[in-house]
Amino acid sequence: MSWRRHADRLGGDAARILPQARLAGPMPWVIAIMTSLTVIALAGGLALANLAEQARSEIAGGLTVQVVEANRAERDRQAETAIAILSARDDVASVRRVSEEELAKLIEPWLGGAGAGGSAGAIPTPALIDVRLRGAVTEARLTDLRSTLATQAPAARVDAQAEWLRPVFGAITSLQYLALGLVLLLAATSAAAVWLAARSALGTNRDTIEVIHHLGGTDSQIAAIFQRAIGLDAMAGGAAGLVLALGAILLLGQQFAGLGSGLVAGGGLGPVDWVLIACVPLAGVALAMLTARLTVLAALRRSL
Amino acid sequence: MTAGEAGIVQFDNVGLRYGADREVLSDVSFTLFPGSFYFLTGASGAGKTSLLKLLYLAQRPGRGMIRMFGQDVITLPRARLPAFRRRIGTVFQDFRLVPHLSAFDNVALPLRIAGMDEAAVRKPVADMLEWVGLDHRAEARPETLSGGEQQRVAIARAVITRPQLLVADEPTGNVDPDMALKLLRLFDSLNRLGTTVVVATHDVHLLRKVPDSLIMRLDKGRLSDPTGALRYPPRRGSFEA
Repeated sequence: MSWRRHADRLGGDAARILPQARLAGPMPWVIAIMTSLTVIALAGGLALANLAEQARSEIAGGLTVQVVEANRAERDRQAETAIAILSARDDVASVRRVSEEELAKLIEPWLGGAGAGGSAGAIPTPALIDVRLRGAVTEARLTDLRSTLATQAPAARVDAQAEWLRPVFGAITSLQYLALGLVLLLAATSAAAVWLAARSALGTNRDTIEVIHHLGGTDSQIAAIFQRAIGLDAMAGGAAGLVLALGAILLLGQQFAGLGSGLVAGGGLGPVDWVLIACVPLAGVALAMLTARLTVLAALRRSL
Repeated sequence: MTAGEAGIVQFDNVGLRYGADREVLSDVSFTLFPGSFYFLTGASGAGKTSLLKLLYLAQRPGRGMIRMFGQDVITLPRARLPAFRRRIGTVFQDFRLVPHLSAFDNVALPLRIAGMDEAAVRKPVADMLEWVGLDHRAEARPETLSGGEQQRVAIARAVITRPQLLVADEPTGNVDPDMALKLLRLFDSLNRLGTTVVVATHDVHLLRKVPDSLIMRLDKGRLSDPTGALRYPPRRGSFEA
């Protein structure tokens, strides 16, 4: 079926009454820009949601045990004791001591080469033990582990990894709300733009509308003509906006992938996300047509 | 059956004013009967176009009563007006063709608005364009048509639905005498098929071309009745709502 026939279906009888009715002007471009910004905002929000979800699942059962003891021999003894105690528990999935080389790499950006790996431990750093529990970390499990370790490894401090990242998750949630707010704001702006375009078109086409009224046309038929015209503009603009936004998303995706950061790598888009993104132009067309219909009907109600 | 009950249109003490100006129509009362042919005459500014606007439901009066097709149209809800307008054919003085539609599409407009199937639209529109001598200009846009051609398209659009009431404002003003006569014959043919015709005109010669016609004369917004037709209307038929 051709594009023309699809377009005619959009307006039904309206296409037969005024087949060439178009609003033209900047409307398709305005809708293209709005669609593009909406798609980018939505993609950003979805990527952040995915990133947060993946990070949460990764650290859901994660614990970090730090043995903070200045004496190296005592530090090592308590670390080994803690590892032995933790390994013996059924609710612990894995226990791994972070090697001194890894530790040195972690603190190198802040302390340089004088950190854990430098000159036989010039600066004392805690022994780090990465623990994975079976199931999520709860306050009760944390208290239990702390009390178990307190007697034989008194220098051990037990922290849930999720606790450290709470501010990051808070920031991600804020960004998600920001993205949602942007999507709603852009939808409202698009509706306002369509409202203005419909009002302007009503003024420009006043004579034609009067004729259709005099020939027995109903408000609904006239509204359908405008709906169809704006729907066609919105389809063209939406398609262009989607293509622009997809280009931007793919480019940003490549740049973030290049960072190689574990956190950022979790912020990809899944199949459902792409379906949602593809729905943006369709939602834009529906919103534009509904706005046009309501605007035209409200204006016509004031005439005879 | 009284005259008022049988009329297709009944005006009773109708007055119309625009804004705070004086009334352009005052105490206008008449009855139009089905199958009658009326000429509406009067000097410029006498109120002919205002009266026609009331007839084609483009305006509501300030006072008085108007019944059309057996219904009080003054209190009629807006949503019911389109159904009434579809029973009225209108020829506007300024044609009011839709500029971006071809002559064919302009003539087809009332049929499409009425929801007629596209397949059923083509033949009557083509026939009508042939009748008004514009079959060769079917695809022409109004801007490329002469004034007379535009007027013929406007007339074809008004009569294509075989309306029960035809209202024409100076329909022969832009055509040559031969075409004027031809168009009057078209109106007369429609009239003989039962359409009530009201033609507003300045052209007194036109009045003689339709022998059975009745004359409504407006003078400064008041209706006079030189032939008595409006007081003693002929009983050529009766309208059933």
